[in-house]
Amino acid sequence: MSNVPADLKYTREHEWAKQDGARIRVGITAFAQEQLGDVVFVELPKVGARLTAKQAFGVVESVKAVSDLFAPVSGEVVEANGELGQKPEIVNQDPYGKGWMLVITPANAKELDQLLTAAQYEEFLAQGGH
Amino acid sequence: MDTPLKRTPLYAAHVRAGARMVPFGGWEMPVQYRGIIEEHRTVRSAVGCFDVSHMGEFQVEGPAALAALQKLTTNDVAALEIGQIQYSLMCYPHGGVVDDLTVYRLAPDRYMLTVNASNIPKDWAWVTEHGQGATWNNMSDDTGLIAVQGPKAEALVGRLASVEVPAIGYYRFAQGTVAGVPTLISRTGYTGEDGFELYVPAGETERLWNALHEAGAADGVAFIGLGARDTLRLEMRYALYGNDIDETTNPLEAGLGWVVKPAKGDFIGRDAIEKVRAAGPARKLIGLEMNDRSVARHGYPVVKDGGATGIVTSGTFGPSVERSIAMAYVATPHAAVGTEVGVEIRSQVKPAHVVKTPFHPSKVKKG
Repeated sequence: MSNVPADLKYTREHEWAKQDGARIRVGITAFAQEQLGDVVFVELPKVGARLTAKQAFGVVESVKAVSDLFAPVSGEVVEANGELGQKPEIVNQDPYGKGWMLVITPANAKELDQLLTAAQYEEFLAQGGH
Repeated sequence: MDTPLKRTPLYAAHVRAGARMVPFGGWEMPVQYRGIIEEHRTVRSAVGCFDVSHMGEFQVEGPAALAALQKLTTNDVAALEIGQIQYSLMCYPHGGVVDDLTVYRLAPDRYMLTVNASNIPKDWAWVTEHGQGATWNNMSDDTGLIAVQGPKAEALVGRLASVEVPAIGYYRFAQGTVAGVPTLISRTGYTGEDGFELYVPAGETERLWNALHEAGAADGVAFIGLGARDTLRLEMRYALYGNDIDETTNPLEAGLGWVVKPAKGDFIGRDAIEKVRAAGPARKLIGLEMNDRSVARHGYPVVKDGGATGIVTSGTFGPSVERSIAMAYVATPHAAVGTEVGVEIRSQVKPAHVVKTPFHPSKVKKG
């Protein structure tokens, strides 16, 4: 079974969100990168972009597939992982670490509570993950 | 579609090896074992084994076999020697492509045709309808097919074969055994690397698969899925039926005029193709390189000066060229190498330019 760190929150679209003080760090899960296969391109919004929860904010392309990225919470992008431009394979190698995608200042921190817990996400994966 | 997916003789072996199985052209096939990019690099640097048993094999024999093939296919079958192979096309009267295939001359009056898996029923109906007078046999279910591709393929197959493998020239074949399994050893492939396609009795496919894996361990052999098969062929600009060529495309616009031989006499599609030749094709299948890493995929529009000029037929990230590459039909005036175009990806126009193909240099053994 895929690695699901206990201290993160999750979406049904396989993004993770991590509270980091007043900010939220976002990436895709180990399950997501396994399903995608080799990631070759990640398209992220620019710093300053405003995201709406559950809306697509970017795309991740693997050799075989293209997949939308969905915002776990609404807010403003304060950092985007520029390293993924040259080394998108980091998403496969370290999805919860160096493969992070965005840091967001949330518009409403309570939105984080509406995401899945690690236990709920694991149960969701056990049922097939879609 | 309620038709159950077909499985090759290696299905259980793929599952045991941890392959990710996907539907492909009516078959349940391994798309990858460890990862497409890693598998791709293994073929370019060492050797890989592909299960391509889903491909179809027809045999045709008798005094009328040559005439039937001359009528059905665009290349000149009369030029084939025994032991030689020819890449060819079958076309409709309107010039569109029924399928691309290879033709093997097995004996003076006996040939084998290897056709695309997804086209087996259509092709079988076509050849038996238009190839009357010859005796046809559909051997597809009785035949296993393993491609062994990469710079170390000759050494690996050579160690296991009963015949002198280095003596087999490109697009030639020999009959013998490999690891004790009766095999038609064909020096062909779909990767741009040197290599072989090994035709065996279906029931012996797994024995050969395992023997290649064991004997190739020191060469770094790996099983390769359809994902890497696609990236490897795309870097070579080899056409894939259903993506780059189909019933709506003619051989000349696809850059396959070299397998159309009107001088041999009449064949199905000849008049339509010759009309295109006289006028010049209105569009051409070209190679595109994206300026960034975004991937142009099948069906994406190609634009030039704000207007449509064509359509992407295949695209991927090329692991050897380390760029996003694509094949696309574009209007002939925009087909020259160096032409700047755009590819519409998710309603954004991404810059690309026409490049020379193959994208990656071919290493097949010529001559």
